[in-house]
Amino acid sequence: MGILEVKNVGKRFGGLQALGDVNLSVKENTVHAIIGPNGAGKSTLLNCLVGKLIPDTGSVMFDGQSVLGRKPYEINQMGISRVFQTPEIFGDLTVLENMLIPCFAKRDGAFSLNAITSVPSETDVLEKAEKMLVEMNMADKRHMHSASLSRGDKRRLEIGMCLSQEPRLLLLDEPTAGMARADTNNTIDLLKEIKEQRDITIAIIEHDMHVVFSLADRITVLAQGTPLVEDDPQNIRGNPKVREAYLGESA
Amino acid sequence: MDAILLQILNGLDKGSAYALIALGLTLIFGTLGVVNFAHGALFMIGAFCAVTVQRILNLSYEVVDETQKDFLGNALKVKTSYVESWFGPEMGGAIIDWAVPIAIIFAIPIMIFIGFVMERGLIKHFYKREHADQILVTFGLAIVLQEVIKYFYGANPIQTASPEALSGVANVGALFGMDIVYPVWRIVYFFFSVVIIGGIFSFLQFTTFGMVVRAGMADRETVGLLGINIDRRFTIMFGIAAAVAGLAGVMYTPINSPNYHMGMDFLVLSFVVVVVGGMGSLPGAVLAGFMLGILEAFASMNEIKSILPGIDQIIIYVVAIIILLTRPRGLMGRKGVMEE
Amino acid sequence: MFGLDKKDTRMLLVVAVLTLCAPFILNPFPTDSAMAQFNAGYPDLMQRFVIFGIFAIGFNILFGLTGYLSFGHAAFLGVGSYSAVWMFKLLSMNVVPAILLAVVISGLFALLIGFVSLRRSGIYFSILTLAFAQMSFNLAYSVLTPITNGETGLQLTLDDPRVLGVSATADGSIPVTSLFGLEMRSTFEMVVGPWAFQFNAGYYLCALVLLAVFYLSIRIFRSPFGMMLRAVKSNQQRMNYTGLNTKPYTLAAFVISGMYAGLAGGLMASMDPLAGAERMQWTASGEVVLMTILGGAGTLIGPVLGAGFIKYFENIFSKINDTVLHNWFAFMPDGLEDFVVFIVHPFIGKGWHLTLGIMFMLVVVFLPGGLVEGGQRIAKWVKGRKNKDDSTSATKNPAE
Repeated sequence: MGILEVKNVGKRFGGLQALGDVNLSVKENTVHAIIGPNGAGKSTLLNCLVGKLIPDTGSVMFDGQSVLGRKPYEINQMGISRVFQTPEIFGDLTVLENMLIPCFAKRDGAFSLNAITSVPSETDVLEKAEKMLVEMNMADKRHMHSASLSRGDKRRLEIGMCLSQEPRLLLLDEPTAGMARADTNNTIDLLKEIKEQRDITIAIIEHDMHVVFSLADRITVLAQGTPLVEDDPQNIRGNPKVREAYLGESA
Repeated sequence: MDAILLQILNGLDKGSAYALIALGLTLIFGTLGVVNFAHGALFMIGAFCAVTVQRILNLSYEVVDETQKDFLGNALKVKTSYVESWFGPEMGGAIIDWAVPIAIIFAIPIMIFIGFVMERGLIKHFYKREHADQILVTFGLAIVLQEVIKYFYGANPIQTASPEALSGVANVGALFGMDIVYPVWRIVYFFFSVVIIGGIFSFLQFTTFGMVVRAGMADRETVGLLGINIDRRFTIMFGIAAAVAGLAGVMYTPINSPNYHMGMDFLVLSFVVVVVGGMGSLPGAVLAGFMLGILEAFASMNEIKSILPGIDQIIIYVVAIIILLTRPRGLMGRKGVMEE
Repeated sequence: MFGLDKKDTRMLLVVAVLTLCAPFILNPFPTDSAMAQFNAGYPDLMQRFVIFGIFAIGFNILFGLTGYLSFGHAAFLGVGSYSAVWMFKLLSMNVVPAILLAVVISGLFALLIGFVSLRRSGIYFSILTLAFAQMSFNLAYSVLTPITNGETGLQLTLDDPRVLGVSATADGSIPVTSLFGLEMRSTFEMVVGPWAFQFNAGYYLCALVLLAVFYLSIRIFRSPFGMMLRAVKSNQQRMNYTGLNTKPYTLAAFVISGMYAGLAGGLMASMDPLAGAERMQWTASGEVVLMTILGGAGTLIGPVLGAGFIKYFENIFSKINDTVLHNWFAFMPDGLEDFVVFIVHPFIGKGWHLTLGIMFMLVVVFLPGGLVEGGQRIAKWVKGRKNKDDSTSATKNPAE
């Protein structure tokens, strides 16, 4: 029984069957990659997991509880954090403030009218955020406007924000899309570090084979809205069906 | 039955004005992505075009008429307008009488020009700014336009008559074998707005220009990628939207004497119309305009008012709130457009 | 001090000194000098400064922090005024219960309107609030005449019950508003040489309230709650995926700012116990937007500056007429003088709104951060010049 169980999920947009009959089981403390050509339904599937979309059929269970029908913030509070394809951070806020917000969300829940205490007096949250900044190697940038960070740093910050919530499942949506090689490698190293040092399950949607094969313990190949095959990386590499559907196409 | 038909008719003239303003607002929002709080001011400027034309036509000089004496025995000074002296009293009188329809001819180029200046001079710089900034700057512009008009024309409503031939009442019920007497000019206004709305829709539907604009409304970037200069077309659409609002204002003058703040009064309601119809939907704007106009007319019936006093004052807002709560994208709004 | 950091404490103290010494600061010119028309140290004008300051501070909590642009905030001010006047009619002429009721009722009203309007954001929200305010105006103007007294406006009368007070004073007139016996209209005039300074009880009550709510707004800005509101403005998507529910945050901000508006309305009625529907009109809502933007939305001090600026110039500009202009430009040759007066004429007196509209557009186009940003730019420019002087002298020195 995995921490995330997707059963018979289907989603249709008008005449287009975006997801056919998706079954997926993500085991605890593994890195599970979902790959597939463009239009295979990867993003639709991800959106069904985080509450942005509600599938027409099937069920999505996280740690024994259904996530269907819950709002994104409720699903997040259950322990699923999401990293976006283009980093979604609070551009108008400083790096430190960006890190403080998930820490407050973790401590105070979805809403708290904490309007009279000042931020500097919340030492527990402040310490936690500072610690996470150090771990992300961003402590020297704490007073920078986060909008002025480099793409790679924004990605780092976003991942750090998700980690500071101590999620049980981290969802990554093409985390290296549009990145230069050096930034991509940095991100891979960061994710490897996270995988080794934390009790965390990671599900990653990725286009870049280099990223997938350096990280994944398990790979699901999606094609035309249905899982083609699910296997270990070394088997995926040699699988002729996958080569035909995906690798062959991209080569 | 008579009463119902009469209320529908009563709603048509206001509904026409709402529909025309809302149509322009939607065109501008759909093409340029700008919320134009100055659109009501364009309606108002149109109305003052009619006032101006009427004043110009009435410009006159005085002649001393020795044949007539006033009660003190002095020679009477007679005012004769230039138009009458040029075209003769009969023709000249007719021209003055038809000042409002004649104003249309002048209003079209003036409004298009004002629209161009507004778009090129101000709004162009706000495409990339936040919606709040667009609202604020057009709001400021609306105040300025309103105050300029007030400076030149004063704060009091200015009566502007319709041509005498069209100022009476007609029994429109005769067609259906009923007896419904209704002012002719309001019927004219309704048909006028139907013609304009029809014109705009066929322009967008059947010309290449309109096709490109519609494509741009749906997906601006793709059309831009095709190498079509979409910006220039959008500027022209802004001019057209301004002209539509202006014409709506010109023709509205005999129904309601124009004053400098009439634009804002209509703007608030027209926004509600746009929201009810669905942001970005042209048919929605027209439908909601007429619908709310008629609804307002029904709410002002004495039978209804005696049950719910004052309902006519708030009915439009109540409907808008109910629609927004139950169907956030409005009656005919596209899915995904401005739903948040 | 007061749980604020150094910078904020300094700002609070500056505002405190400015408001408490306003009767001096705003009356710099001797009473019978030609410049006396620029004095603004009159009780009713000073009261307007601080009351609109409170209104703008509250509006800024919503607009400045969350970015939700409400075009209907005057409705809350109006509701506050009506509630306060009713308290004067029914209970007593003491301003405390009146102001409290104004805040509570406008808060409830804001909760209702906010709950509906905040289901949408962006333009939709602005239009919805505008529609609600216009609806409230229509209601107050006609439908709810029994409560609002329609066109005439709600006023005190001699046969109001006033259960804890008197319906009429001993000499048969309507009693005046007071704070536990201290009459709001009581004014002490201090004459120093050619100057006359007026100290009005009502003004000082408003000023103290302003200081209290300004302090509160600093606390809100610096609190985790305030940070969350800024996060709402910055990226709602990230908020949702960080486990935060944005709705109650925006609703709380909306209600708080509605209560500020109600407080302003209550104070307004306490200074002059009447309330009319025109206080709720969209133009009044537009005015508070103007004040906040002009001063600098999202800054602490901006709304106070904006409110003072607009109310001061409204007063001064409305007083200027052609005769005054001719006096000013008398040094010019006749033809030029007439020409200048002709050019300036549309912008003064009744043309004040035109000036305001133009100023507003200029600010939005060129100075989106308002007066505060303008001040910062000037400060930077001065500093930059100074640094340049230093560096040029520094490069010169080695050569010597």
